[in-house]
Amino acid sequence: MRIVVAMSGGVDSSVAAALLADQGHDVIGLSMQLYDQAGGEASFGSCCSLDDLHDARRVAAALNIPHYIVNFERQFHDHVVSNFVREYTAGRTPLPCAHCNSDLKFATLLERAQGLGADAVATGHYARVERDAASGRYSLRRGADAAKDQSYFLFSLTQLQLACAVFPVGDRPKHSVRDYARQRQLPVANKPDSQEICFIPDHDYAAFLDRQASGTSRGGAIVDEHGHVLGGHQGIHRFTVGQRKGLGLSASTTGAPMYVLALRPSERQVVVGPKAALERTMLRASGVNWIIERPSSPIRAAAQIRHRHQPAPAAIQSMGDGRAEIVFDAPQIAITPGQAVVFYDEDRVVGGGWIE
Amino acid sequence: MRVYFDYNATTPPAPEVTEAVVRVTRDIFGNASSVHHFGQQAKAAIDEARSAVASLINADPSEVVFTGGGTEADNFAVRGAADALEASGRTHLVASAIEHEAVLNTLRALARRGWRTTLLPVDESGIVAPDRLREAITADTAIVSVMHANNEIGTIQPVRELAAIAHEHGALMHTDAVQSAGKIAIDVRALGVDLLSLSAHKFNGPKGAGALWIKRGTRIHPILTGGKHERNRRAGTENVPAIAGLGVAARLAAGKLADQDARVGALRDRLEEGILRGVPGTVVNGARTSRVPNTTNISFDHVEAESLLIALDLDGVAVSTGSACSSGSLEPSHVLRAMGLPAHRTQNSLRFSLGLFSTDEEVDRVVEILPRLVEKLRGLTRSMRNSELGIRN
Repeated sequence: MRIVVAMSGGVDSSVAAALLADQGHDVIGLSMQLYDQAGGEASFGSCCSLDDLHDARRVAAALNIPHYIVNFERQFHDHVVSNFVREYTAGRTPLPCAHCNSDLKFATLLERAQGLGADAVATGHYARVERDAASGRYSLRRGADAAKDQSYFLFSLTQLQLACAVFPVGDRPKHSVRDYARQRQLPVANKPDSQEICFIPDHDYAAFLDRQASGTSRGGAIVDEHGHVLGGHQGIHRFTVGQRKGLGLSASTTGAPMYVLALRPSERQVVVGPKAALERTMLRASGVNWIIERPSSPIRAAAQIRHRHQPAPAAIQSMGDGRAEIVFDAPQIAITPGQAVVFYDEDRVVGGGWIE
Repeated sequence: MRVYFDYNATTPPAPEVTEAVVRVTRDIFGNASSVHHFGQQAKAAIDEARSAVASLINADPSEVVFTGGGTEADNFAVRGAADALEASGRTHLVASAIEHEAVLNTLRALARRGWRTTLLPVDESGIVAPDRLREAITADTAIVSVMHANNEIGTIQPVRELAAIAHEHGALMHTDAVQSAGKIAIDVRALGVDLLSLSAHKFNGPKGAGALWIKRGTRIHPILTGGKHERNRRAGTENVPAIAGLGVAARLAAGKLADQDARVGALRDRLEEGILRGVPGTVVNGARTSRVPNTTNISFDHVEAESLLIALDLDGVAVSTGSACSSGSLEPSHVLRAMGLPAHRTQNSLRFSLGLFSTDEEVDRVVEILPRLVEKLRGLTRSMRNSELGIRN
């Protein structure tokens, strides 16, 4: 089978390419160029820099597969970066990696791959796709390595996309992926993982947003649940629900430690309160993608509201129009608008949506 | 079968060239500056190459300076002449908007040091109109640099007329002949230029050797300073094997100019016709008259050039686009943009450039497979719009 591997220059996608090549597939390595690097400045982000593209090329050469770089700056800006900025401006905490997967890797890149006669796009994600022979339906499961599982970021893949998705490293633990890279003598075997959003240098979201959209960096008031002003802030984009640090409030004025409860973009306010006030039992989601058949009556599943969150039992009701209501059995801390809520049935992704 | 239609990027070395490079590497290893026998041998090899290059362009051998390639020759011409003229009070540099980056970026670097620069526009023919130079040139202009033939679309510029205008104003005329040398006849006397760049690997010579022709009496400073090589004009121990290869390539090319025109021109014409007829929605970029015989640059409607380029490579056909994506830049071709082509045409263009070893079979193969590849890519674009891969259920 001819398969395009999205190669970031990291060890996971490199091993994904190696595994497919070793299995005898007709592998083509494609690296997405996401931002203009003609200026030569090294630091745009932690991934997909010129150095990373060179790493991908060297891995492709070691595997003896063709490698091309495709120019996706415009699409990356349109689907990922501008969404990121818009969400923060609207007082939400975005999840750009999920948009990149559904709107770029398994959309634009998949189109390019099909144009080259490939049947699928493979990535280095820790996740698993399977096809049910009886129903013909595709399912998405967590990666075998629970600590590395990235299924949370793939919740919005449609059946059409899952049909063309391949995750070669999803069924094995991370350490065995590195072992394979070393054994195969890939140049990136010991390259450290990228730990941050690929287009934000040094985790400095605030600086990035200040540069991108001056509207977000307007300061305002920090208020309690009753509207009393407790302090000031330099821009709501510097805060996320559940945040405790960086409020600039001393315990002597407030008593108990305070946490961000909500962001009000139109008033430019950050609402804070005690930890107990962070607990919610219900959330609504929009843009819901069902990987199973969309259920007509409420179902029970474990709902996960952050990448690092222990999924909690909940009742989930599809409301039509791409919306859903999720009621947890027990209150959850810091339900954050803009993040994804992903529903799991054991290790199977049932569906997911965007927290309102 | 692999088809190589990217001669404007680089050319396969002629067998005689490879033989000369190997032989000289092995047998004539002396430093040409040495007094002894080994140095004399090396010097003789260089002199022979110098004569061959001079003959190719109707120049005197003493006017030819060897460089490491075309880019260095361009840098030498523009920067070296600007440096020499700085003290004279001239402050202005002129080039065309479609020059190679070796000229454009050198101009930009000089602009940062205080030189005023003007880029002459072109229209959609891809040819600089002499009137544009008349409008831009002043008594302050030190150098005018306009290429002889453009690398992306192959159009030949009216260098003789431009040189005359430059001289009327006391400015020097440089022409980057990297894409014309070895393809069409060049006579530096007839052209009336003061400086001319060329590069070996564009006419079946080796990489790593080029030349700047400097008309006797032209004031120019070296940009590579050090030893007294090349009559104090370009320091550095000479790359004798590459220079020898350049000489052989020049001699071969001089004998084949008519062939280029007739044979390669015919192949290019047949390829061009075959594509225009066989693939709907195609158009040639730039004037089809006044063009080097080996190049055609074609826009394909509703197809991303990048995708077609990769699809062709996977099917064994090597061509190129104008943009340099793989080197980190996402800019569309500055040449096509300068011609006023709309964005979608600059993103949809491929350059096919043929040469010495191109065959009828290669032309047939490309004409045969292109329609299918283009149709497939166009079909995908249509169906993506229709089926919306991202529909949520």
